[in-house]
Amino acid sequence: MENKDRRAPVSQQPHVVAKPEHPEHIGGSVSIQINEKKVTVPMGTTILEACRENQIHIPTLCHHDDLCIAGVCRLCVVEVEGMRTLQAACAYPITDQIKIKTSTSMVRKARRHILDLMISEHYGECYSCVRNNNCELQSLAEEYGVDSYTFGHVQESQYKIDNSSFSVIRDMDKCVMCKRCVRTCIDLQEVGVLEAVNRGDDTTISTFMDKDLADVVCINCGQCINRCPVGALHANDPSDDIWNAIDDPNKHVVIQTAPSPRAAIGEEFGLEPGHSMTQELNTALKRIGFDRVFDTNFTADLTIIEEGTELIIRLYQALVEKKEVSLPQFTSCSPGWVKYLEHFYPEYIPNLSTAKSPQQMFGSLIKTFYADKAGVDPKDIVSVAVMPCSAKKFECNRPEMDDSGYQDVDFGLTTREMAKMIKEAGIHLPEMPKSHFDNPFGEASGAGLIFGATGGVMEAALRSVVEFVTGNKAEDIFDNANIVPVRGFEGIKYVELPIGDKVGPVPDLIKHLVPNWDWLKGATLKVAVAHGTANAKKIMEDIKAGGKFSECHFIEFMACPGGCLGGGGQPIPTNEEIRMKRAEAIYAEDESLEIRKSHENPHVIQVYNEFLKEGPCSHLSHKLLHTHYTKRGKYIA
Amino acid sequence: MLVVEKNALTEEIEVLVEKFGSDRSSLLKILHEIQKKHRHIPDFAQQEIARLLDIHPVEVFSVISFYAFLNTESKGRNLVRVCQTITCDLLGKEALCNAIEREFGCKFGESTKDNKFHLEYANCLGLCDQGPAMAVNERVYTKLTPEKAVEILNEVK
Ligand code: SF4
Ligand code: SF4
Ligand code: SF4
Ligand code: FES
Ligand code: FES
Repeated sequence: MENKDRRAPVSQQPHVVAKPEHPEHIGGSVSIQINEKKVTVPMGTTILEACRENQIHIPTLCHHDDLCIAGVCRLCVVEVEGMRTLQAACAYPITDQIKIKTSTSMVRKARRHILDLMISEHYGECYSCVRNNNCELQSLAEEYGVDSYTFGHVQESQYKIDNSSFSVIRDMDKCVMCKRCVRTCIDLQEVGVLEAVNRGDDTTISTFMDKDLADVVCINCGQCINRCPVGALHANDPSDDIWNAIDDPNKHVVIQTAPSPRAAIGEEFGLEPGHSMTQELNTALKRIGFDRVFDTNFTADLTIIEEGTELIIRLYQALVEKKEVSLPQFTSCSPGWVKYLEHFYPEYIPNLSTAKSPQQMFGSLIKTFYADKAGVDPKDIVSVAVMPCSAKKFECNRPEMDDSGYQDVDFGLTTREMAKMIKEAGIHLPEMPKSHFDNPFGEASGAGLIFGATGGVMEAALRSVVEFVTGNKAEDIFDNANIVPVRGFEGIKYVELPIGDKVGPVPDLIKHLVPNWDWLKGATLKVAVAHGTANAKKIMEDIKAGGKFSECHFIEFMACPGGCLGGGGQPIPTNEEIRMKRAEAIYAEDESLEIRKSHENPHVIQVYNEFLKEGPCSHLSHKLLHTHYTKRGKYIA
Repeated sequence: MLVVEKNALTEEIEVLVEKFGSDRSSLLKILHEIQKKHRHIPDFAQQEIARLLDIHPVEVFSVISFYAFLNTESKGRNLVRVCQTITCDLLGKEALCNAIEREFGCKFGESTKDNKFHLEYANCLGLCDQGPAMAVNERVYTKLTPEKAVEILNEVK
């Protein structure tokens, strides 16, 4: 079945047999037998799915719920009566009344042999491995009672570790060739950095011409890390440097925490997905030794003001002054998306909002505004950011991110690495008492918080823009200010918002930029939201072809499926169900807050009153809170 | 690579894509033609092929790396491949190879100093009944003896 809007090879597309719409109709279902038990399943169900439905555990390795079927590891083999060979359960769509046996001696022996073969080529020691205790190969070895090296064991490293990238480290000695990363990068993200190269024994996963990851078109999204079953791919961990900074009495170490890690870090401590640990984390970080803990949502609020103002300016220039401006405006908070655009659609860089991401805005404010207020020399400040994202590590190392006169953010830390540091400090996070963020930034609004979910930036922006323009409260327009149409995990969302004939007064903050709103009377605001670069690509191709998205005014792009809450730095595993739970946690936290709109955040207003006195998109805000981009192109030199 | 060379290569690939079609299944045919003409497939060509077939460069590289007859780097002017699979092995491949190595002062897996030959092992050439077998560029020679092999190679320009 070829799916024409996907670019991935047919072999790497989700090629499940289409399930009937009405399995209850004649011919819609089929009766099978699993281990003597009779069950009825819809046509096209895979053996794996059928077994899972019936609580029969089948081991898997190359299978991942987010990815298409590969059938390469063969660990999931089962016996199907009448078939000469064992069949891969994950890749066998049921269309016949088959009889399956899932644990005969032949099956067990085959699985054990496969594991033994994998282990014979696996160079690595669990206790010094990032995936110790969260490794699929390790748990399979345990499950199958591997107690000796039946087929030997490699004694020497065979591959050089590729640590060229700020974000992703590749250690192919631990690779089990499941090709999940390949399917992630080609099919899920459509970036296309990784493939299997060479043949037979020499096969390995590599990049174009075996180049370093830093030299190819990798966008640092880390989605491959999240899907790797073993420790072959992991993030570039700066925690040693952070410990050193903490231990150095001359350093003032501050940390900002983003909403998505807070909604997910509990998973690292054994909690069910969907519990926000925001305030527990504040306490834990203080105990670890961070001098200040700030809420990234504060600069998310600031981003909304800056990016929203930028949008208003662009619209005013286009509609009133009839100037040539680049529309739709694209969001710029996702560094994976930014690099994707720089590589694959560099001609659209002018559409990218010049506003920095919340992480980087905070970075420049901490070493200027905060340093000044707290009386600390910015050269002594070490600024850390806990992010759900591996691309944030690359972002903070972009050479232009030094507007404070220093590297604005020194280290990007993933949720996983943060959890590791907390454990290392002997702290069990869920037991921590709650505490608040530090001033002068304090608690932020719910608008900043929902940045973590796909559609969140759009919703936050709309809550403010709608109030700015119509003069009405967002609550009067949307039930409880929840802008539901931009929420949810649909790959691409498109929403039209008619502004109507009633406009309000221009708020003080941006009075100097637009005289009134009359020019927006009767207009319809068109916005779109995409998550995962494969979806972003669809929108970009549509824009290139002059389709409906080219008429949008504002588009939110997030590189990772689900938005930041599904980021490449989040706890492993991450899948559809877990992403949903994390989103619920984020939206619930938003609803629990008193202030839910960026422009109502008193600390944001204070920053504009005391520091960025000329208002949003002014000279100083441009210097500190905005940035520029690099035309990278996709040619690999 | 010079801009003119790049442009020429692009044009060449465009012609091939025109001829074989821009579906990804044309990849091997295009690679063969480029390999034949340039004796290797430069990385620029790989990326141009990827662009024109709308696939990723790493996929092109993956395919090239899979096939022994496709290379990313130019080897010697003449490619010598001696079959190393079991039948030819039993029929005396080793003596053959030793003779060739001695004659040209270069090991298998390497190129001669003057870059005239590149020596390589190949897997079964499908001529097991007539082994030992050797391919020089596109031509195969069978039922070889060490002397015959050296003689054949000495006649190659
Ligand atoms: S990848 Fe898994 S099995 Fe391998 S060393 Fe790491 S934890 Fe152990
Ligand atoms: S980080 Fe993202 S772009 Fe880079 S190799 Fe992994 S999946 Fe591909
Ligand atoms: S790097 Fe990880 S995800 Fe990729 S093939 Fe190897 S084990 Fe699988
Ligand atoms: S899980 Fe079925 S073949 Fe890998
Ligand atoms: S074994 Fe040499 S040609 Fe087949």
